[in-house]
Amino acid sequence: MATPILEMRDIEKHFGSVVALAGVSIEIHAGEVHCLLGDNGAGKSTFIKTMAGVHRLTKGQMFLNGQPVHFTSPRQALDAGIATVYQDLAMIPLMSVTRNFFMGREPVKGIWPLRFMDMGFCDRVTREEMQRIGIDVRDPGQAVGTLSGGERQCVAISRAVYFGAKVLILDEPTSALGVRQTSMVLKYIDMVRKRGLGVVFITHNVRHAMAVGDRFTVLNRGRTLGTAARGEISADELQNLMAGGKELADLSAELGGTV
Amino acid sequence: MTDNSKLIHEAADERLKHASTLTRLLRRPELGAILGLVIVTSFFLAIANPVMFELSGIMNFMAPAAQLGILAIGASLLMVGGEFDLSVGSMVAFAGLIFAACVVTFNMPLPVAILVAFACAAAIGFLNGQLVIHTGLPSFIVTLAFLFVLRGLSLVGLKWATGGATQLRGVREAATDTPLDAFFYKLFAGDAFEGLFAWLAAHDWIAKFPNGLPKVTGVPVEIVWFVGLAIVGAILLARTRYGNWIFAAGGDPNAARNSGVPTRRVKTSLFVLTACCAALVAVLTVLDAGSTDARRGFQKEFEAIIAAVIGGCLLTGGYGSVVGAAVGAVIFGMVLIGLTYTTIDQDWYLVFLGGMLLMAVFFNNIIRKRVTGER
Ligand SMILES: Nc1ncnc2c1ncn2[C@@H]1O[C@H](COP(=O)(O)OP(=O)(O)O)[C@@H](O)[C@H]1O
Ligand SMILES: [Mg+2]
Repeated sequence: MATPILEMRDIEKHFGSVVALAGVSIEIHAGEVHCLLGDNGAGKSTFIKTMAGVHRLTKGQMFLNGQPVHFTSPRQALDAGIATVYQDLAMIPLMSVTRNFFMGREPVKGIWPLRFMDMGFCDRVTREEMQRIGIDVRDPGQAVGTLSGGERQCVAISRAVYFGAKVLILDEPTSALGVRQTSMVLKYIDMVRKRGLGVVFITHNVRHAMAVGDRFTVLNRGRTLGTAARGEISADELQNLMAGGKELADLSAELGGTV
Repeated sequence: MTDNSKLIHEAADERLKHASTLTRLLRRPELGAILGLVIVTSFFLAIANPVMFELSGIMNFMAPAAQLGILAIGASLLMVGGEFDLSVGSMVAFAGLIFAACVVTFNMPLPVAILVAFACAAAIGFLNGQLVIHTGLPSFIVTLAFLFVLRGLSLVGLKWATGGATQLRGVREAATDTPLDAFFYKLFAGDAFEGLFAWLAAHDWIAKFPNGLPKVTGVPVEIVWFVGLAIVGAILLARTRYGNWIFAAGGDPNAARNSGVPTRRVKTSLFVLTACCAALVAVLTVLDAGSTDARRGFQKEFEAIIAAVIGGCLLTGGYGSVVGAAVGAVIFGMVLIGLTYTTIDQDWYLVFLGGMLLMAVFFNNIIRKRVTGER
């Protein structure tokens, strides 16, 4: 198999005496949606924050296209093409859609000190990118707070895609959404995969995972039981794994992983 | 796309833009301040001696408005960035003392003394910012401490510099004794555009004395600084990358950091900027008075914050306007001086201050709900 875009090997993360992650490994491949499942508190958010450079690893290694990397800030991860849409949304409700879209990467023109944000360009790009995914932002100057939850997720995702992300990490993008908005986001995840990005899709909803996932990894109390590909595992089995039920041992054999 | 459908598309787009012009206007953070300005102006137009709105009267209320406004511009940028600085009033006294001591006691050339005053203010602003960032304490508390520390240092330092007096005099004489000093003195004291005003008077555009000299000889220089800073500040906030970072850092520092905004640097620089605004007011007012005392800038931090709030800044950060804060300061100056043109007791000013603050916060809440679509 081709080299994964991103590989996380035996990742551990401790917060003082709390062991949030106790050795988690996954591989992210281009053009695939890798679902990361687990109950609340399993360590999913902590795990992806180590990928995104928000947390430093306590132990473990990261490989980007086979090369070892070490991020110390979100900026470094972003520059390496790893974009994250956080659960607590990296969007600022009081700021306009455009200002949010370009936050941290504002295009400027002119010579210092007369160097200004190119607002016309920003507004145009924002409207176009939103239109591409079927959201009609009539006025890109309107605050993000006026958008629905699903629309906000889509703004965050399209921002990442626009800025050339190779790996897109989505932390529970569907957990707060209704049915229609969920399908909007899932459809968009599918579009992103078809463009060749590697997607990490975090959810605790097995049906959402089965709808778009190519690979599934279950986290349980900071540990993983290995990864299953699409077709190798059923929704029921995933559900049981998440619950850490009694079928755990049988299933781990089936998955070929180690407990 | 065919030409025809393109045209239709564009036309539709155009219509949408027109429809949203009004809503866009209603969304402006400075809306409340401008409304307030209209109300206050109408009030004084109706009841005050009309002299108030002659050129000399306007200069009269614009001068204190400008001094407060310079502080309010700094305060509003900092508030949009999500922090407060309660030490700006004391900073005016402290920077004023440093400046006056440099000029009088150490006999430094004026430009050097100005630089030293700004450098000291910037260093303390930097310290404020670093303390807030690294302790994680609310800036309200950290700068409240500096409100007292700086006021105390000003008192102690003043006694030390004067040998026990409460006032340090002779700044004007010491600040104009060389040609170099005199040149810089013109930038920070007296009137600007005197030539223009003389010309206007000669052509009977403005009022003049029988001997042909204009009644108003020029624009007090602090007004020029105020207007200039307001323009620069407004452009900075609305049109630059740094401005977008200020909004982001104040709106949600975590989200901003995760998106690659250097929030710590932004916040620290805003504290430095606010302190430098205080230093500018110190230099302007000390040169204007020719002396300094430890009460300089007393309670100005609150007035600056109130002006910023009237100007549409949210106390929670992430939203506000430099233009609004500047208009807020003009409202202040108008009421403070305007009352002397009426039969109303001037001490009503304080009542007005509190009332205006309450109304502004109330109004801002409504605006915020409109902007974010909250219900
Ligand atoms: N900054 C932190 N400091 C201490 N403990 C933390 C921190 N972040 C997460 N944790 C702990 O790590 C565990 C995993 O949390 P999290 O990754 O948010 O779970 P999930 O996203 O799967 O619901 C939890 O027990 C949580 O209390
Ligand atoms: Mg989580």
